[in-house]
Amino acid sequence: MIYACIYIPNFTVQAIQRAQPELRSCPFAVVDETAGLVMAANGAALRAGIKPGWSVQEAAHWVPIEMRSRSRAQEEAAHSALLDLGSSFSPRVEDRAADTIILDLAGLEKRLGSPEATAQQMRQRAAEWGFAARVAVAANPAAALHAARGFHSPAVIPPGEEKERLGSLPLEVLEPPAEMLATLHRWGVRTFRALASLPTASLSERLGQEGVRCQALARGGSFCPLIPAPPKLQFEEVMELDHPVDQLESLMLILGLLLNRLCARLAARAQAVAELLVDLELEAGQVQNPAPRIPASPEYKKRLRLPVPSLNSKALLKLLQLHLNAHPPAAAVVKVRIKAEAARPRAMQGGLFLPVFPNPEKLEITLARLGKIVGEENLGSPEWLDTHCPDAFQMARFNPFEKRGNGRQTRSQPAAGVTGGGGQTALRIFRPPRPARVEMRDESPVRVNFDGLRGEVLAAAGPWRTAGEWWTETPWQQDEWDVELAVGRRGIGGHGRKSTRTWTFVESALYRICRHLKSGGWFVTASYD
Amino acid sequence: MESAALHMKSPLPWNGASPGAAAEPPAVELLPWGFPELDALTGGLPRGGLTVIAGPASSGRTSLALSLLAQMTAREEICAWVDASHSFDPGSAQMGGADLRRLLWVRSSNVEQAFPAADLLLHSGGFGLVVLDLGDIPPSALHRVPLSFWFRFRHAIERTPTALLVLEQEPAAKSCASLVLRLQRKAVHWSVMPNASVKPARLLRAVSLCAEVIRSRLPIPPATMPPASFSVRTPWNFPNEAWNDR
Repeated sequence: MIYACIYIPNFTVQAIQRAQPELRSCPFAVVDETAGLVMAANGAALRAGIKPGWSVQEAAHWVPIEMRSRSRAQEEAAHSALLDLGSSFSPRVEDRAADTIILDLAGLEKRLGSPEATAQQMRQRAAEWGFAARVAVAANPAAALHAARGFHSPAVIPPGEEKERLGSLPLEVLEPPAEMLATLHRWGVRTFRALASLPTASLSERLGQEGVRCQALARGGSFCPLIPAPPKLQFEEVMELDHPVDQLESLMLILGLLLNRLCARLAARAQAVAELLVDLELEAGQVQNPAPRIPASPEYKKRLRLPVPSLNSKALLKLLQLHLNAHPPAAAVVKVRIKAEAARPRAMQGGLFLPVFPNPEKLEITLARLGKIVGEENLGSPEWLDTHCPDAFQMARFNPFEKRGNGRQTRSQPAAGVTGGGGQTALRIFRPPRPARVEMRDESPVRVNFDGLRGEVLAAAGPWRTAGEWWTETPWQQDEWDVELAVGRRGIGGHGRKSTRTWTFVESALYRICRHLKSGGWFVTASYD
Repeated sequence: MESAALHMKSPLPWNGASPGAAAEPPAVELLPWGFPELDALTGGLPRGGLTVIAGPASSGRTSLALSLLAQMTAREEICAWVDASHSFDPGSAQMGGADLRRLLWVRSSNVEQAFPAADLLLHSGGFGLVVLDLGDIPPSALHRVPLSFWFRFRHAIERTPTALLVLEQEPAAKSCASLVLRLQRKAVHWSVMPNASVKPARLLRAVSLCAEVIRSRLPIPPATMPPASFSVRTPWNFPNEAWNDR
């Protein structure tokens, strides 16, 4: 058996540094605002003399440094990221503490390599994810845990050498009860080695079973087995901004950083983004309403639904940028939260003879750009409404990647023998229908005037009566005709006072005209083409 | 040096594929129109090329495009229809056999929106067929469109499996088009029921069309072929014994 432990020292500080990488180069302290005390400080601040437990005023008086409030949301996001980091190496991960995870590496030797290489990989990947982690590999979970908390550089402890290798660690690493620690210090026992060398029976008489447990741990033993944490597929990244951001370019940099982290976490869990929820908290009191269609709200939410699960952070960022360009926030942003709904990545078998297909991410970006040109409501696949009213459809979201047979309504099916082939007349719909003046003779149209044109009816078929929705407040009933018109344009013939208006018949065409029975009005609704 | 020169001049088969040599034009894949007469006339619709169907109203331009759309979606290809005048009829497309779930319909209200939309679609790639429907746009408006748009279209789809089909009243793409067809309506066929109790008992049955090649860059067949005639039928069926052609 082989176990690894990943420990994030100074977790409160690292959680903030992970969200705000620019703080790594400057001294700063984390402040508990309720108590008014310094909770933790980064290395630069500690070297400058700041000590946890000082009051905020005292620290500010000592040396001018950056102060940050403790962020529970960022700590939770960092903890989730730590668990995802562990999951990228092993499926069995114990959630020991907010800053500590223990991994079971049994059976993974061929994949991960030697223990030294494994420890190095873990440390390197943690650095890529924004953590300065300590890593240790040992034969039992407790030894790995103590080595990770005690040693700065990656430690690999061979089986049987736990007592020797852990001997130099201070007793504080064991986290014994404070009273016991004080007693041991009074005895002059300060290291694992000193505690391990005490006679067990005498220790038991003086410190009880807790003392014996601590001694066994100091000797490199382990009491409890690894308890793997159930996988939590919650992917959320948060960044609280020190200063409100009102420039879209700056906001995109932040969103890009968070999206990269989110995608890396999802990849570690073999998941992809199916839906992305962006929640921007706006500056209080500054919310304006630049456009009537954007409601004035202290929050700005956008839900991006992807046609297929994706891990392409660049494409996701581009989609967000296009949306934010079209609908900018009404005020400066003070907090950014991105949450991903995870799904299994799309697996698709390629083939030389398969038809071409648009790249899903690229298609989504194209759709967003098209929406900007023609409007999102003018884009998609036509979907029939549940009515027989002519031309009643809605624009559905275009998603050619969804599985077939989703129960979408179909109004009419192609006639037998024409599937996949043409040979049928097509209509070109006039939207809205063009009002017309129709002359009738023997219950048949003989002349149709519309759009400044005059049409002599060459042939007509009809009427075909359709009606529906009579049980509602908006019933419809109409008579339709198919007519062949010789269309004429108005011109002027003759000269001087004898000039007259004439019609020149230039072309003929097939139209569909209808009369609304309720209003009696005539309309040209379509042309055959 | 001399040996290198000899090697370059050697009559080996791969010598013609040197970087400096002119590459042979790639074979053009032609898509069937769905009308044998039209396939015989043109060879088909070229992939990677711009095809223009020009003609007046009721000349069958849309019928031809929908026939092609039905075949492309039946092959599970993704298609787009850029509609410059909100005139696309989903009912006709579905009755013609098109799978509407594989069709992206872009409704633009004018030419200024339609051309950039088509440009975006062509550059995004992956579409089997893109139809730019300018059938209701007056030729005078289309002549104001910069020629550079057509060149962009041609370059965007060159050497790609995308076919661009443009429906117009008069051809405006000029030399950028690989194939230009002009359609005309020859006759309209009506059917009547002789002993009908209700008058007039008449049905629109079919429209006869005529297509001629105005310009073709395709190697086959020669563009000097006579115009092809074919017909499109209305989607409704009726028993032939009850109805007679007029």
